[in-house]
Amino acid sequence: MKPALLARKIQPAPGKGFLNGWAANYQLWLMVLPAVIYIAVFCYGPMYGIQLAFRDFDFSKGLTGGDWVGLKYFDQYFNSPMFWPTLRNTFVIAFFSIVLGFPMPILLALVVNSIRGHRRKRLLQTTVYMPYFISTVVLVALLQILLSPTTGLINDLLKTLDLIPADINLLGSPGAFVPVYVISAIWQSCGWNSIIFIAALSSVDTQQYDAARIDGANRWKIVWHVEIPAILPTIIILLIMNMGGVLSVGFEKTFLMQNSLNKSVSEVISTYVFNVGVKSNQFSFGSAVGLFNTLVNFLFLILANTFAKKKSNISLM
Amino acid sequence: MTRNKVETSHAIVSSGSLADRLYTAVVVVVSIVAFIVVAYPLYFIVIASFSNSTMVNQGQVILWPKDINFYGYEQIFKDTRIWQGYLNTVIYTVLGTLLNLIVTLPCAYALAHKKFKARRIIMPLFVFTMYFGGGMIPTYLLIRDLHLLNTPWIMIVNGALSVFNLIITRTFFESSIPEELYEAAVLDGCSHFRYFISVVIPLSKAVISVISLYYMVGHWNDFFSALLYINSDELQPLQIILRNILLSNQAFAGGAGSGAGAGAGSYAQQFADQIKYAVIIVSTVPVLIIYPFLQKYFEKGVMIGAVKG
Repeated sequence: MKPALLARKIQPAPGKGFLNGWAANYQLWLMVLPAVIYIAVFCYGPMYGIQLAFRDFDFSKGLTGGDWVGLKYFDQYFNSPMFWPTLRNTFVIAFFSIVLGFPMPILLALVVNSIRGHRRKRLLQTTVYMPYFISTVVLVALLQILLSPTTGLINDLLKTLDLIPADINLLGSPGAFVPVYVISAIWQSCGWNSIIFIAALSSVDTQQYDAARIDGANRWKIVWHVEIPAILPTIIILLIMNMGGVLSVGFEKTFLMQNSLNKSVSEVISTYVFNVGVKSNQFSFGSAVGLFNTLVNFLFLILANTFAKKKSNISLM
Repeated sequence: MTRNKVETSHAIVSSGSLADRLYTAVVVVVSIVAFIVVAYPLYFIVIASFSNSTMVNQGQVILWPKDINFYGYEQIFKDTRIWQGYLNTVIYTVLGTLLNLIVTLPCAYALAHKKFKARRIIMPLFVFTMYFGGGMIPTYLLIRDLHLLNTPWIMIVNGALSVFNLIITRTFFESSIPEELYEAAVLDGCSHFRYFISVVIPLSKAVISVISLYYMVGHWNDFFSALLYINSDELQPLQIILRNILLSNQAFAGGAGSGAGAGAGSYAQQFADQIKYAVIIVSTVPVLIIYPFLQKYFEKGVMIGAVKG
């Protein structure tokens, strides 16, 4: 900082001394106001409405007017035949999405980072980012077209390679739902999710590469001893954030891929909340199921965060 | 690691040990495979959209379009449902993104000010909503009680602030706009409003592009809000119309959600596929056109958000 500016900074502006504090900041308050109102109404408003999960919803009395019933609706969910299937389906999809989907962008970033030609690198990046902009509706339509049992290109390819039986309908068979869901998710967002790792890799000091070379490291060892350690903090932060969403399996995609043939594996907690809560107007029951989902997510986030803090001193908060 | 100096210098000069060459080979193979796996399905939809659909279904259209015709596109042009949906989506996207910017940018500016003490309370309260929320039903009932159900307003107001984008923007303001600039401006009698509009905004094109794109794509592809909050046909956005055309006329599709407009199979079945390809193109092209222009800002914008996220 230049000395002149420093001197200015120390002296309060003439005649404005009394405005320190709230009054001087009224413009800043006005600027945060729209956001504060939005968050208060549309985020904390529904949180206030969570009490619905502990009340009997009464149409005439509105959101918070029903009688307290305690944990009745949680009991109802835990004892319903849909409890285990919805919980299991949500976990299975989330588990495979993280285990298979999380490392892929890291690998892609390492590969992109190793491409030498600038234009080749750009071309690959532009291409792999693209599917991220496709809407879920179009993605599911693409799946239906490419996996169609009679005319689908991918279906034909898999059949030719003898990877699937001849007459299978991949979108209608329960066994194929999770693989199709996870693989298409990787196809859609692997490129986009790699951006953050590519950016982290580009900030690695080139001297580190040179030093590793002089020590006789080959390219594989550089990946392992230079590049991975450099992006490890980013990896851990993102992993924590992903853990916090472990049960928020994408509603849109599951809902759109769901059909009567695969419902045994595709009914997850969020689609269940929609089906019983919104469509069948069981508002209190739906709120309870939704709250259960949110709480489990939050628990996972806290656990992952605490674990990472202990092991590596990296955490969100 | 101590190695023979002669050996290492040799390795640098030729830079071609077996392991290194293997690494290069793996990189080349993986990037080619990744390129094809992503690009080919997109390319296929494009060529299939103006090829003879019978030949497409027989698997004859693989690399080049065959028997070129634009039947699918012609049908779409005549389809008022699609244009109504398109118009609605354009309105929701333009107004929604404007509102997003009006809410996000000033807020990020204020929260970037260290002297604004309230940020220590506001920020955690905002971030908390990223990980905890009321859930689908309480939100739905709240919007019903606010009389926003089945109005265009909910499509515009919903998601007016994304905390993630707020963090990206705030971090950009903190790290890229020097504080001295503000100190100097204040001495010249500049208010926060003036400074924000005539200094901060012009200096922040990169981050504004990035969050505009995020918000825009979010509005354009939003299916969930309309599914939950909109009933009237004339208010439906493009994604709902797309669902009805693309998915609901499949024999097994829809499952739980084929209620809204299952009468979509109004096209003769042999042309249905070609229309689908064309619909996919027409609905996705606007987003894909905008994005390469903004791509140069992505890595910067995303990285900024990630560091402090």
